[in-house]
Amino acid sequence: MKIERLVAMANDIGKYFASRSDNEAVIEGIADHMTKFWDPRMRRQIIAHVSETGGEGLNAHVADAVRRLALPP
Amino acid sequence: MLSITDRDRGTPAAHSDNRVTIEVDGNAVEVPEGTSVMRAASEAGIDIPKLCATESLNAFGSCRLCLVEIEGKRGYPASCHTPATDGMKVRTQSERLHKLRRNVMELYISDHPLDCLTCPANGNCELEDMAGVVGLREVRYGYEGKNHLDSQKDDSNPYFSFDPSKCIVCSRCVRACDEVQGTLALTVQGRGFDSVISASQNQPFMDSECVSCGACVQACPTATLMEKSVIELGQPQRTVTTTCAYCGVGCSFKAEVKGDQVVRMVPNLDGRANEGHSCVKGRFAYGYTTHPDRITTPMIRESIHAPWREVSWDAAIEYAAREFRRIQDTYGQDAVGGVTSSRCTNEETFIVQKLVRAAFGNNNVDTCARVCHSPTGYGLKNTLGESAGTQAFESVEKADVIVVIGANPTEGHPVFASRMKRRLREGARLIIVDPRQIELVRTPHIEADHHLQLRPGSNVALINALAHVVVTEGLVDQDYVDQRCERESFEEWKEFISRPENSPEATASITGVSADEVRAAARLYATANNAAIYYGLGVTEHSQGSTMVIGIANLAMATGNLGREGVGVNPLRGQNNVQGSCDMGSFPHELAGYRHVSGAATRELFQTAWGVPIQPEPGFRIPNMFEAALDGEFKGMFIQGEDFAQSDPNTKHVTAALEAMECIVIQDLFLNETAKYAHVFFPGSSFLEKDGTFTNAERRISRVRKIREPLSGKSEWEAVQELAQAMGYDMHYDHPSEIMAEIARLTPTFTGVTYEKLDELGSIQWPCNERAPEGTPTMHVGEFVRGKGHFMLTGYVPTEERSTSRFPLLMTTGRVLTQYNVGAQTRRTGNTAWHAEDLLEIHPHDASERGIGDGDHVGVTSRVGDTVLRAQVTERVQPGVVYTTFHFPHTGANVITTEHSDWATNCPEYKVTAVQVTKVNEPSEWQRRHREFSEQQRKLLEERRAAARRASG
Repeated sequence: MKIERLVAMANDIGKYFASRSDNEAVIEGIADHMTKFWDPRMRRQIIAHVSETGGEGLNAHVADAVRRLALPP
Repeated sequence: MLSITDRDRGTPAAHSDNRVTIEVDGNAVEVPEGTSVMRAASEAGIDIPKLCATESLNAFGSCRLCLVEIEGKRGYPASCHTPATDGMKVRTQSERLHKLRRNVMELYISDHPLDCLTCPANGNCELEDMAGVVGLREVRYGYEGKNHLDSQKDDSNPYFSFDPSKCIVCSRCVRACDEVQGTLALTVQGRGFDSVISASQNQPFMDSECVSCGACVQACPTATLMEKSVIELGQPQRTVTTTCAYCGVGCSFKAEVKGDQVVRMVPNLDGRANEGHSCVKGRFAYGYTTHPDRITTPMIRESIHAPWREVSWDAAIEYAAREFRRIQDTYGQDAVGGVTSSRCTNEETFIVQKLVRAAFGNNNVDTCARVCHSPTGYGLKNTLGESAGTQAFESVEKADVIVVIGANPTEGHPVFASRMKRRLREGARLIIVDPRQIELVRTPHIEADHHLQLRPGSNVALINALAHVVVTEGLVDQDYVDQRCERESFEEWKEFISRPENSPEATASITGVSADEVRAAARLYATANNAAIYYGLGVTEHSQGSTMVIGIANLAMATGNLGREGVGVNPLRGQNNVQGSCDMGSFPHELAGYRHVSGAATRELFQTAWGVPIQPEPGFRIPNMFEAALDGEFKGMFIQGEDFAQSDPNTKHVTAALEAMECIVIQDLFLNETAKYAHVFFPGSSFLEKDGTFTNAERRISRVRKIREPLSGKSEWEAVQELAQAMGYDMHYDHPSEIMAEIARLTPTFTGVTYEKLDELGSIQWPCNERAPEGTPTMHVGEFVRGKGHFMLTGYVPTEERSTSRFPLLMTTGRVLTQYNVGAQTRRTGNTAWHAEDLLEIHPHDASERGIGDGDHVGVTSRVGDTVLRAQVTERVQPGVVYTTFHFPHTGANVITTEHSDWATNCPEYKVTAVQVTKVNEPSEWQRRHREFSEQQRKLLEERRAAARRASG
């Protein structure tokens, strides 16, 4: 999938959780949402994007959340 | 006329805990206090003659046929109007009563055509019946006097005729339009002998305000208002109780049938969702089921540019299975998926998702609720604990304040709208949140207290402002919150919502709604004894759709408006089985009953039952499938009853994705827009050809019953089952009831549901299990499904789709009463008489600035596409906003809508598209190409039989 689309979708999720005042809750909320609803192929792709680019285009909390994502073995 | 199997008890049932006992012709009968003598007699098995009375209408007392004698009372009171009182003794037959009734009938018949043998009501005419009951043998006045026999017939309505020569002016039609439908389109014009029934200002029905619901036809005791189908076909022979396949109200109908031909559809008096009412679609628009466009033979083709070829079911199934296996062998197990449809039954959607999870071996299954109510599922599950509306429809009868947000019930959910309007006429207050001036804002005897006419895309700012007022003005129901909700999440939300940026004053510049109006509306909602919220796709189809649903749930919890009758959060579902298709595990992340695929215990349950491993990770959503198809990662799709190429946003993107796939199998009634990109066509069956269940917006599971065999020779579930078998998975059922039995075994909210219980109870609202063996009309009583109610924050995030100098208008979309979604069904019925094309509503100011007049062709351009349709200049929309529908494929409304979607669910943002509108003289480039492509596909379809002959040598 186009990484630009995944970045936009991830940032949309991040904007929702940004209302929380606790940074940890924001990051955890984003990571949890992506784990629950994103196909592992999409997670794999955005994890690779963060590791390759440092998270280009992603909001800071979203990039942090992506770093926490786990993938199935 | 009522159904041929209905027994009309004359007046509505009374509801009282107090009982009274009366004696009718020596028979004692106990009835609730408030019951009429006529109904009490009927309960005792004694039918008192009547003409102006029918049980769906309040007593009127005009025909004087239902006179009785009551011990201790003078005269001959009308039994319809006389309440039964304890100890009352009633005589329904005496010589005097006999004479009085016969005299009445004599007068009626003196001005009535005596063409009973050739009359369409012959065999089901109350007037004829009453003439027989009273023993009318002669009319002493003769027939030569002044009469109405030459009155002109009005055949303007496509579905029913109005023959005033047969009218007895009983006013049942007028009262049905008033009391049942609430449109008030009919009246009795003139006085005395000159009294005639008039539609609006004595206009033909088609030119009047009539909405063609048919309540008047049903109420008419003669052939005055008569279904044209009955005139043509004669009286039906039997009835089959089934459920409407249109909107999420899920009306119960008695299909009246002759052989396997439907003569008419009569709404079921015992149907809990509709209580004997219907709309123009459910009652009349079933002609599509036998339309010549239906495809009834399986077809295959190797490429979308090749002719279709008719083949046997076995060949089509074998071909599809082989293609899916080839794709999986070539591109991987996850390169295929499937989509279920909210137009199909629970049983059908359940086995399609089973096909994907068990036979395809992945979780790439989604449903069309993705593009409508997926945010409802997310928002209500996370706040309240269940992905469903909280009430029964009848709950609205106890609401004191009704809030309608982003819904247009009189067009989209007309039968529920009638119920809501009845409550509003009784005095309930009304708040409407909508960018458009929908009918409920001001309609006969109803006027909204507040119309918060917000700008498209500002829902969350508005709901936050309403909640801000509740919290900062001390209107929180603190006892309720303390007892029912999480303290921590409430405190966090309270701090958030109290922030100045959420005040009505701060948000007014976003919403366009004055702070005073918002404050007044919030106070009205929060201080009501019972306040209920009803919402539709104007809430969900936004980039913040889920946030808005959460905001609604927060507001209802904070004010204590959940967990009893008269309150609640009520999503009005667009299609007949949106709730059901979601319940059945159609989403890629969850199994039936909304349980996440990552749950080991849930997976184990399904793995044991199905004998295969279930993937523990979510699969692709529909838009993910399209993206992956364009990237070459996703190559095959099974699509049941869904038409992405018309219904999903950014049509060009969707069709490019469809074109990129190697095998699309579609199961549908017609060669719809998506089928033009398909390689295998499995002919589907209409709702009249299948057994199963639908679940409506109030979680009500109702039976769909077969009236005739599938025209294709195979039910959908059989074709899906055989496809699974051909792919090597042993799926076997002999009847849809066995699929429901499996659903019940695997789904905690359905444990107690069986076809036998549905037959016994008529319908069941889930949860139906050991705790609630007969179902659950009201949810969250005592405690929320999740335990404590969970408040979530709802920060307003403006959509990226904003008006600019290049695209200065905001387009929003919706639907009209007479058409239904992509129109595949309603476009093939007489309903096109009302709405034959999609129009663009534009405010006179915006139209004038662009030199656009009513009816002009206009080009509508967004940053993703453009199309052309005709303008309708109207003040229903506010300046800066335009509106259209998406019922006709060549309109291409979704060529314009964008890929913006809800952050949580990817539900598309249909309700906000920045556009420019200009006057034009020719179709758009897309429309030209669409016409060419459609013509090519039509020819490829026409070749199907010749191609089959060539292939077989």
